[in-house]
Amino acid sequence: MADDPKNAPPALELRGIDKRFGAVHANRAIHLSIARGSVHGLIGENGAGKSTLMNSVYGFHRADAGEVWVAGRQVDIRTPQDAIAAGIGMVHQHFMLVENFTVLENVVLGVEGGPLLAGGLAHARGALEQLARNYGLEVPLDALISDLPVGLQQRVEILKALYRRAEILILDEPTAVLTPQEAEALFAMLRRLRAEGKSVILVTHKLREIMAITDRVTVMRQGAVVGEVATVMTSPRELAEKMVGRAVLLRVEKAPAHPGETLLSVRELEVRDRLGVARLKRVSFDVHAGEIVGIAGVSGNGQSELLEAIAGIAQPTHGSILLQGRDLVAGHVDARERRRLGLAHVPEDRLRMGVVTSFSAADNAILGYHDRAAYQRGPLLNHATIRRECEKKMANHDIRPPVPALRITAFSGGNQQKLVLAREIDCDPRVLLIGQPTRGVDIGAIEFIHKRLVALRDAGKALLLVSVELDEILGLADRILVLNGGEIVGEVARADATEEKLGLMMAGVKGEGHA
Amino acid sequence: METYTLIVLLLAATIRVATPLVLAALAGMFSERAGVIDLGLEGKMLGAAFAAGAVSAISGSAWLGLLAAIATAVFFALVIGYACITHRGNQVVAGMAITIMVVGLGPTLALAWFNLGGQTPQLDGPGQRFVGLAWPWAQSAREVPFPGLVYAELLSGHSLIVYFAAALVPLSAWVLYRTRFGLRLRAVGENPHAVDTAGISVNGLRYRAVIISGVLCGVAGASLSTAASSGFVRDMTAGKGYLALAALIFGKWKPWPTLGACLLFAFTDALAVRLQGVALPLVGVIPVQFILALPYVLTVLLLAGFVGKAVAPHAIGVPYAKEK
Amino acid sequence: MSAPTKLPRWAELALLPLLNLGFALLLSGVIVRLLGESPWAALKLMVAGSVGTQEGIGYTLYYATNFIFTGLAVAVAYHAGLFNIGAEGQAYVGGLGVGLVALWLGDAPRFVVLPLAILAGAGFGAAWAFLPAWLQAKRGSHIVITTIMFNFIASALMTYLLVNVLIKPGQQSPETREFGAHAFMPAAHDLLARAGLTFAATPLNFAFVLALAAAVLVWIFVWHTRWGYALRVAGENAAAAVYAGIAPPRSIMGSMLLSGALAGSLGLNELLGSQHRILIDFTGGAGFVGIAVSLMGRNHPVGIIFSSVLFGALYQGGSQLSFDMPKINRDMVVVIQGLVILFCGAMENVFRAPLTAVFARFGRSKTGL
Repeated sequence: MADDPKNAPPALELRGIDKRFGAVHANRAIHLSIARGSVHGLIGENGAGKSTLMNSVYGFHRADAGEVWVAGRQVDIRTPQDAIAAGIGMVHQHFMLVENFTVLENVVLGVEGGPLLAGGLAHARGALEQLARNYGLEVPLDALISDLPVGLQQRVEILKALYRRAEILILDEPTAVLTPQEAEALFAMLRRLRAEGKSVILVTHKLREIMAITDRVTVMRQGAVVGEVATVMTSPRELAEKMVGRAVLLRVEKAPAHPGETLLSVRELEVRDRLGVARLKRVSFDVHAGEIVGIAGVSGNGQSELLEAIAGIAQPTHGSILLQGRDLVAGHVDARERRRLGLAHVPEDRLRMGVVTSFSAADNAILGYHDRAAYQRGPLLNHATIRRECEKKMANHDIRPPVPALRITAFSGGNQQKLVLAREIDCDPRVLLIGQPTRGVDIGAIEFIHKRLVALRDAGKALLLVSVELDEILGLADRILVLNGGEIVGEVARADATEEKLGLMMAGVKGEGHA
Repeated sequence: METYTLIVLLLAATIRVATPLVLAALAGMFSERAGVIDLGLEGKMLGAAFAAGAVSAISGSAWLGLLAAIATAVFFALVIGYACITHRGNQVVAGMAITIMVVGLGPTLALAWFNLGGQTPQLDGPGQRFVGLAWPWAQSAREVPFPGLVYAELLSGHSLIVYFAAALVPLSAWVLYRTRFGLRLRAVGENPHAVDTAGISVNGLRYRAVIISGVLCGVAGASLSTAASSGFVRDMTAGKGYLALAALIFGKWKPWPTLGACLLFAFTDALAVRLQGVALPLVGVIPVQFILALPYVLTVLLLAGFVGKAVAPHAIGVPYAKEK
Repeated sequence: MSAPTKLPRWAELALLPLLNLGFALLLSGVIVRLLGESPWAALKLMVAGSVGTQEGIGYTLYYATNFIFTGLAVAVAYHAGLFNIGAEGQAYVGGLGVGLVALWLGDAPRFVVLPLAILAGAGFGAAWAFLPAWLQAKRGSHIVITTIMFNFIASALMTYLLVNVLIKPGQQSPETREFGAHAFMPAAHDLLARAGLTFAATPLNFAFVLALAAAVLVWIFVWHTRWGYALRVAGENAAAAVYAGIAPPRSIMGSMLLSGALAGSLGLNELLGSQHRILIDFTGGAGFVGIAVSLMGRNHPVGIIFSSVLFGALYQGGSQLSFDMPKINRDMVVVIQGLVILFCGAMENVFRAPLTAVFARFGRSKTGL
């Protein structure tokens, strides 16, 4: 500590890290230097290579080339064990906790301090109480992980790293699952760690967080570092441009909306999860023909439940959903029947829900529509028609390669998404639910998809758009509803919406809503 | 008086029947707690029974037979490990395959080596079997119904393997809940990703777990051919491996409740033998098959959640891949 | 992430299974060698015994009939994402249905008793699959475990019925009286004789044709109907099924009932075609062979027919072997069966990686990719 920090070697230095997965060059000769006692942002789009890089640093896989230096010494990291020994801790996006273990057991796992547990547990208890006092990291040590809220679980992950004497803490998309309040608490904690001389690497794709907490920021694109600056010297716009590689088209070209009749009407809709916790709390709104209604919000604030309830996948516990005046809840209309009534759905998580990965493109192009009369020939499926229809979709949506028999996983994310979109709009729905339309989609396809959505709006469809990308909401929506903690905390017309205003609402500050 | 003797003898039979069950169920516990489904219990046990019978017959030593049994069962456990841990193959299929193969292999080798129609020679030489150990004064204690008969029948007179199985239950509980190995074992069956990020080898732990399963299956097999009977005969496990699996599920993958389930299932078995053709008051003759099917019916009811709830280790049956 | 290079389709569907089978047979040869016999001579004996004579072929196809039924049963469940280990029990109870019809209506005209027996076999088999299916669909009880339990329960039930209820009066061994002659499945040699062809008298019977028909129906159902499509979606990705408006519980029920019905049809061949009575353990492990057959045949009816015939040949050749080689008995066939399941079902990844590497190397130079 007494050393002159200018001469002190960086806490972590990566020199020429290179990693390939088959044909994909995931990391290209990455150089990165993290100063001691700093928060360093690592930002980039999905697939830019951030996680690959951090997994190399943490020893999950071995880089093909490059060196890792910790506090001026080169270290050889082959396994997480090596990383831990070098003072590197990592908090993964999906927590690495044993759900039915206590906090204490989770913390000592791997550093039990001897073949018998009793001593190690007692030692850990003392040390954790000390850490809790030092950093404000109170956690009930004997509680089961499964009983803790997400924010506390994340705290356990941080405690795990600190208990292993981590000097460098890597956090991978730590706020994806947090409420704004929890995220703020996390940032406060990170500032404290920084003050204690720890170094933090914050991996994220959220510009707001970078601006809020980091000292320096490194931008990655397509596996390479494309820029590194002191945070105070840059702006979100500049960072975004670096991330995407060109001036970002924040606004999609579109004429003002001309909303028509109400096609979808949601009233007092409530959805509870398996534990009976309300994830969506009596939400009401309308979507009209010829408009795009955007749902903004931090991921996990009820968006998924909203989409799934309207689509007929999740059962609401209260309220009604009216499609052109017909109550789908009271009428017990199932997902299949809703499609028939003109309600299409592009799901948020394409690979989990939207496609069957082992099926061909043609087979995926009828998912949910497989019992349509057009696809039948007597009791049998008409494979010739199915292939022809798929070819047509591929031509209309510029899906490449245009080969219906090809397995869906052989297509890029963008082409998969275009196929899902084509499938959902092909049967001429009146209402279209769209979740994260451009997640894991390349830039070219994003523009195509955005234009197609605006065209649908102009054709008089009602679109309900859920996206965690604020830019996307701002670019596409005519009206924006903000979800926080399962409630609509405000509604803004696009013309009145700014990033700051929406950000406040997403954080739970009620808007001057006109419900 | 008559009833009392009957009950004591019934309980003594229960203990004998339960021994291989307890060993196999605890074997399965170690494997499944680490996340590897153990459908190979039956096969490993049967293979071990053959090895023990054959080696004991050839060498004249039950102890060498036991060693051979353990080596055989561990070998099969390693085959399952190689297929399922290293190469992430289907655990259910691997267990089934080993079991089916061993069902054929035992009699095949027995025929080739001993030419006795698929069984091993009768073990009647000294030291070829694990015989009952008579405790001091057991013979004379028999005269005193209580507690003498209990002492003579329930405590005394069992083979070493029976006492080993009895000691194994608290030992397993201690290992599972009080040691570093146990903590890691439980963790790897619940969330192997957590174990990997903690810098512990997932595959290493799982291999150790299946090896332990092999060792215990080896002892279980030896108890069948060199303690409970004298020599290996075709299909001598007769579904005991699956019954042990049922007991493990019934015991919710925990040592003491699993012991309880083994004793319960063994008791039904002993009872079925006693009740064969015996008319009971009120109900008349209970078909012995109904009693024998009881453990399976109970396990199904448990799995259905009608009798308590069995929650399997979370990661069971899922091959571990680093990237989710 | 690191998407491994995929194998070409023909290698995935044919080469890899053959490679696995080859290794299983190679290891079997090693065991035969250890037993002190010549693997080469054993192979020749088995081939001669199974396909070298009319009699051998008849027996081979007769065994294959059982395996086609149980293999299809395993495959149908597999496509719905379920591992049905209970084909053995379902076949056993299905045989009860077949047998009861044959016992009661054995003197009724053939066109009455045979269709009824087919329905009863399928119905009883499906009924035995119902509870495990229902428990999986509604209560999430692991179907692998419940079907194992149901195998044992089936065994106890059948033993009870045969020993106490259905046994032929005045007889020691637990089996029923012989069925009426009208309940016999027409034998192949009789049918061929009617067409003017002579064929050795074997247990091969009309059930073989029924099994082939079942394979065709399964193929149509799974790949060419919307119900089969729904079943495959549910088997591959339950979330996508729910999204598509397909109820996974219904898929589970549907596929398991069909699976049980197919397994239950085994009695048509074994009881009506050959034994002509119900007896203890008439299934003889065919339910488990079904697992091997389905795995080896890549869960596809064509593959299942091929691998069933192969296993039929193995069974028939194996019994020949036990006549001619005193050191080998029919248990050796069970060993081979276990090895085939091991290599085709659990160890397939062992050879996949090297094979993929070979293809990546040679495929690249050819296609220029």
